[in-house]
Amino acid sequence: MSKEKLDLLQGTLDLMVLRTLDALGTLHGYGIARRIEQVSGHEVLLNQGTIYASLVRLQQRGWISAAWGTSDSHRKAKFYSITRQGRKQLAKDAAHWERLSTVMGRVLALQAEGGDK
Amino acid sequence: MTDSLRQALNRLRAFFGKERLDMDLDEEMAAHLQLAIEENLRRGMSPGEARRQALIRFGGLEQAKERHREARGLPALDILIQDLRYSFRRLRRERSFTLIAVLILALGIGANVAVFSVVNTILLRPLPFRDSQQLVRIVEKNPTAGESSMTYTADATQDFQQQNRSFQSVSGYFAFTGPDNFKLIGKDRPVPVTGILVAEGFFQTLGVQPWLGRSFRAEEFLQHAQPVTLLNYGFWKRQLGGDRSIIGQAINLSGMPVTVVGVLPETFDFGSVFSPGAKVDLFTPYIMDDFRDDGNDLALVGRLKPGVSLAAAQSEADELFPQLYFEHKHPEYGKNYTGRLTGLKEYVSGKLRRSLLVLWSAVGLILLIVCVNLSNLELARAAARSKEFAMRTALGAGWGRLVRQLITESLVLSLAGALLGLGFASATTFYLAHQGSIALPLLSSLRVDARALVWTLLLAVTSVVLFGLAPAFRMSGTNIQEALKESGHGSGDSKAHNRVRATLVIAEVALACVLLIGAGLLLRSFLRVLDVDLGFEPSHAAAISVDYVDGGNSDKRVAIWQEIVRRISMIPSVEAAGISDNLPMSRNRSWGIRAKGGDYDGGKFQGVFVYIVSPGYLKAIGMRLIKGRDINWQDAPKSEKVLIINETVARKLWPGHDPIGRIAEVGGGDARVIGVIADVHETNAEDGAGWQMYLPASQFGPEGAYLVVRSKLPPATLAPSVMRTLRQINPEQPATQFKPIQNLVDHATSPRRFFMLLVSIFAGLGLLLASLGIYGVVSYSVTRQTQEIGIRMALGATQEHVLLRVLARSLRLALVGIALGLVASFAVAKLIASLLFRTAPTDFATFAGMALLLCAVESVAGFVPARRASRIDPMVALRTE
Repeated sequence: MSKEKLDLLQGTLDLMVLRTLDALGTLHGYGIARRIEQVSGHEVLLNQGTIYASLVRLQQRGWISAAWGTSDSHRKAKFYSITRQGRKQLAKDAAHWERLSTVMGRVLALQAEGGDK
Repeated sequence: MTDSLRQALNRLRAFFGKERLDMDLDEEMAAHLQLAIEENLRRGMSPGEARRQALIRFGGLEQAKERHREARGLPALDILIQDLRYSFRRLRRERSFTLIAVLILALGIGANVAVFSVVNTILLRPLPFRDSQQLVRIVEKNPTAGESSMTYTADATQDFQQQNRSFQSVSGYFAFTGPDNFKLIGKDRPVPVTGILVAEGFFQTLGVQPWLGRSFRAEEFLQHAQPVTLLNYGFWKRQLGGDRSIIGQAINLSGMPVTVVGVLPETFDFGSVFSPGAKVDLFTPYIMDDFRDDGNDLALVGRLKPGVSLAAAQSEADELFPQLYFEHKHPEYGKNYTGRLTGLKEYVSGKLRRSLLVLWSAVGLILLIVCVNLSNLELARAAARSKEFAMRTALGAGWGRLVRQLITESLVLSLAGALLGLGFASATTFYLAHQGSIALPLLSSLRVDARALVWTLLLAVTSVVLFGLAPAFRMSGTNIQEALKESGHGSGDSKAHNRVRATLVIAEVALACVLLIGAGLLLRSFLRVLDVDLGFEPSHAAAISVDYVDGGNSDKRVAIWQEIVRRISMIPSVEAAGISDNLPMSRNRSWGIRAKGGDYDGGKFQGVFVYIVSPGYLKAIGMRLIKGRDINWQDAPKSEKVLIINETVARKLWPGHDPIGRIAEVGGGDARVIGVIADVHETNAEDGAGWQMYLPASQFGPEGAYLVVRSKLPPATLAPSVMRTLRQINPEQPATQFKPIQNLVDHATSPRRFFMLLVSIFAGLGLLLASLGIYGVVSYSVTRQTQEIGIRMALGATQEHVLLRVLARSLRLALVGIALGLVASFAVAKLIASLLFRTAPTDFATFAGMALLLCAVESVAGFVPARRASRIDPMVALRTE
């Protein structure tokens, strides 16, 4: 594990949020942020606040829905859950990522040829 | 795709629901932090540490909100609104700058939109007829004798109608109608009316449908048909009160009941297309059989068949026209017609293209000067604001954001200017459209239309690019630290900055110089035109259309005319009176003339303008008899026929001989030359005189009658007594206007006057703007150098010394600009050479005069700040800051 944290690629946060909601059902913003931090093994540089831009974007596209509710600690919070459309989108994006990472893996695994390096 | 659409809609909704959404977000983030703090507390942190860690993990609260808002709403629009709000605040604060900038822009843009509207109306817009590109005007190839050589006989017209294969239809109108040729007799006094005779199919050819009622029917073009008329919309509204039930009813035209069959649409303005500046009230059928013996009198218009090119039609016309007989009844008159086909649009406005393009360029120069001027003002402001911008940059505003702010400001100014300019332009075009006295085609349909609006917007945006970008780029070069350190008005203005501003002023002066010289050349040409010896004296003479009933009897006519001339001459202050059926520079008509036994041009008949006159007419209109005598009342119907010719005819037909007493063949008989007059400009002041002859009304049949009265009294003063006398002789005399002869000349010179006046106004505007430019730059530098000047004065510089120093700076700018402008003017003058009249494009007096004028005005502009500089009190100057 390197000292530097990973910078998030554009668009990856949206996918993470979708997947988190898909796996864990209804969550509030803080819950989502915490889960992503935990799952990534604290390797991702995430200001928790940035998640709200992602949330509003997903919501406007109709991929997640939001409603005010009460947390376990009886605190008022906004809860998000993935919609049917969101699941479809998640499947599409996940497949895309799989393919991309496979290709990237293959390219990076290339053996140096000719031996001039 | 629907997801993106949904997002766009949600963004739009979010844009308008900001407050609620922000509150929602605040609450949500507060909950987030509470949840985080609670979790941290559970892990055993102290309350303070728990809160600190929660905030750290959250990241910047405001940044997070901002990113949320950007993702949620329409950030570009938000910024625009912010910028607009800031711009308005700023512009309100700098009220005088805003006022001047908007006003200058309004003048520049307004002038441009007005001229564009004129250009659009006359040159760009198609004629107001259906498929107007198919319309063609047919005239003789070498028109030598005015309208008569641009028209065709009834027989020739009918032959061409039958033989051609290129046209859907060919028709025409009677080309020799003078104004007020009918009188409308109603309950009140008879009203003078102008009616045009149109051949069968004229309106169908143009594609004009009556707005009310029907068009003429074929049987109405036969001899002895029941007389009918189509009314012009304006005439119907004005004279007949817009009464719809008039259709099918008869009106009394010159004593004859004529049935109204229809009213033409409001958009149809015959005069504006075929006879600029003339008003036409109604139309009646041109009955071919009535005009078979009358020679050329139909002006032809045709509509090409679809797909037939002008060139194809022209080559057909080249075959057909030479085969057309002048008159079937007299095959011995021969056949030697030609026909030149010109697109009607080109025919109507082609001659004006060059003038209009010059006008358009001139007004474009004005906008350029306006932009240079504003650019300069903006630069001065940008310099004064460099601190503000440095501060904003230091606070984190990006360069792009600041440029955007500046451009928004420029755009606000420019749009405000455009809006006001549009107002100016609308007022100007309205005025021009309702000004009947300018002989420019289509002017009555002048208005600011959609195309002009697009043009306005284009100009506004172009201006922003021209004047708004320079300061924006200058600003980008400022060094924050330098700017912030700089304290108030030092002499810290950079040299480069001053150089840019000086260059702009020089450019402005040079452009103004080009405009001034162009205007000067046009003005001089106009004065030369006014100076032309017309061959008659338009001042102190006026004419009125006279109505009389002679029943076609020449003895009776002579008696009536003699009575009119005698009684009118007796009115006190009347110096001379006479009657002619045609006035110079109005409608013209020609016949044939040849010297009996002469061999000029193989003894062929030559086209000659004909004026059928009473004794005294030549004196009344101010024509000069060079030789022989005037017509008198003893030249009776039965005595020997006589005529007066002009110098041109005398020179051509009897070269080297005294023409007096010679016999000429005119109007189908012999007549003896009794006098020669100096040449008269019969169509306009600029072309030379053609062939003219004057025949006694006792011996030849006149068409209408204009009484010309010469008197020192203004026509308006004289009018009542003239009208009273005419009514005593003929109670039916309609209330025709008593018009100064000068009007005819003014009408003929009105296009030139129009262009000259506009270009002069633009030149004046250019001069004003250039002076403002010099004033602005010098005045600004004086303000910036107040301290420096104070020190100089404290060290002993005299007031005169300071004054001269500052004045010299203005003069240097002006002289460099004038020098450049003179060089450019030489090139420009060559381009407008064809618009000049008896003025060389390199006319020294104009160049020198305008250069001096510009120099003088710029000196005054420079003198004001110089004087202020010399009045600086060293003590005060040094004490401030």
